[in-house]
Amino acid sequence: MEGSESMEMIHAENLVYEYDKRDEDGNIVGTNRAIDGVDIDIPQGSFAAVLGHNGSGKSTLAKHMNAILVPTGGTIWVDGRDTKDPAELWNVRQAAGMVFQNPDNQIIGTVVEEDVGFGPENLGVPTDEIWKRVEESLRSVGMLEYRKASPNKLSGGQKQRVAIAGVIAMEPKCIVLDEPTAMLDPNGRKEVIRAVEKLRKEKKVTVILITHYMEEVIDADQVFVMDGGHIVMHGTPREIFSRVEELKAYRMDVPQVTMLAEELRQRGLDIPRGILRREELVEALCRLR
Amino acid sequence: MSIALEHVNYVYSPGTAYEKQALRDVSLEIPQGQFVGIIGHTGSGKSTLIQHLNGLTRATSGRILYEGRNIYDEGYDMRWLRSQVGLVFQYPEHQLFEVDVLSDVCFGPKNQGLTQEECEKRAKEALNLVGFPEKYYKQSPFELSGGQKRRVAIAGVLAMRPKVLVLDEPTAGLDPKGRDEILDQVERLHKETGMTVILVSHSMEDVAKYVERIIVMNRGGKMLDGTPGEVFRHYKELEEVGLAAPQVTYVMHDLKERGFDLSPDATTIEEAADEIMRSLA
Repeated sequence: MEGSESMEMIHAENLVYEYDKRDEDGNIVGTNRAIDGVDIDIPQGSFAAVLGHNGSGKSTLAKHMNAILVPTGGTIWVDGRDTKDPAELWNVRQAAGMVFQNPDNQIIGTVVEEDVGFGPENLGVPTDEIWKRVEESLRSVGMLEYRKASPNKLSGGQKQRVAIAGVIAMEPKCIVLDEPTAMLDPNGRKEVIRAVEKLRKEKKVTVILITHYMEEVIDADQVFVMDGGHIVMHGTPREIFSRVEELKAYRMDVPQVTMLAEELRQRGLDIPRGILRREELVEALCRLR
Repeated sequence: MSIALEHVNYVYSPGTAYEKQALRDVSLEIPQGQFVGIIGHTGSGKSTLIQHLNGLTRATSGRILYEGRNIYDEGYDMRWLRSQVGLVFQYPEHQLFEVDVLSDVCFGPKNQGLTQEECEKRAKEALNLVGFPEKYYKQSPFELSGGQKRRVAIAGVLAMRPKVLVLDEPTAGLDPKGRDEILDQVERLHKETGMTVILVSHSMEDVAKYVERIIVMNRGGKMLDGTPGEVFRHYKELEEVGLAAPQVTYVMHDLKERGFDLSPDATTIEEAADEIMRSLA
């Protein structure tokens, strides 16, 4: 073990986020606790996934990772920086880039390459360097050939990849994706997940993926499941997806292959728990013949 | 008692630089009471197609027959058609606007000129059909969860007592449980009322689980039309147009390739499990 402290990309201790509940006239009628005592550790260069039903607190947690929200209790460090410290705000945002659900709300340029260059330009990156980064980031998400295209002519998956390129061009150490595939068709989903996978492998970017699609998290190093502002399950995908009934109780699901394996197990076949991939199930069944 | 499209074409902005053919010679018939899925990648024409079903978009050429009558005939009552063919758009909760749930659901029937009493009766019946709890009838629709808002929006269409319910990605953005709840409810509705249901979806697994017939759209044309088993047999062609088969279908094909004696046509977990058990027996 060497320098374990500095290897944490995201570290949170007893994180709490409360906000006022107001009536129609704006009077405070109570407080809501969207995040309630969350501890997390996400090592540099790893892939973490966050699952949770609508309203479980997962998006609120994501927004703490680049200081869109700051905690009302506890502390979150992003790349070793306390997000509550106003002096660190830009360093935090530089370290952790964010991609949201709706691609149409994130693209501002009229030409793809301008859109991608917008972030580094804002950071004061020299012009030559901006173009280098634009080219590099568009290449890494497989969108280089569309650099001169108008974003509104692109498909959802393509737009989302441009949004990711825009974040990558700022060279963050970490990228937080809040349901990036929720509005996409199967192909668009695949394109985005492949692009993220490539970034992780080639650029060693830390990836935090928030999603409702169970299939997208099977390669994660760790999975967090949120409910009521708490982390209620934590483990590897295999550990998490072995606990089918528990997941369902949290309004989640398991990949369809895992579900088929579970069904066959319940019908008496000798198949291990927590099967994630179709090859694993096929191998397990071949052994039974 | 059906909806029929005959050689329907639709061209956007004809004669301009933006001209685009969104529907190409589409012919199909959907009998009353069928549960149909429409799949296709973004831009394949599926949303344009469903907007034709209630006359919202007018075909550039071709005919659309509802219960045997051409909806483009002079004097055809489009307003009536729209009460018969209810369309629930994507993210329908964005269209909620009233002060409470019940008033919101009453909006449709009120526009049909029904009395307040009749409107409320229909609204309650519709809310009941989507499984919305009575204790929240007087709540503001904006304070509901995503899944509940969507139920209210669907009830708003059901309150007009349509014979055909068209849903454009009704589960987009919902968590897995929310997805299952909405679709289970739609299935129950279909069984209990005999309503035709047309479901546009990006989830192959969902389509396979619920519908009896799948229409695949590609580049504005009808590419495949059949039962889930028939359609997903063409998984390689589906992949070429940006779609896929349900995961279990791939497992079945893999098993067949490895020498299992089974039919690879299963599209749901139950079908796949049955077939695997049979082949191992």
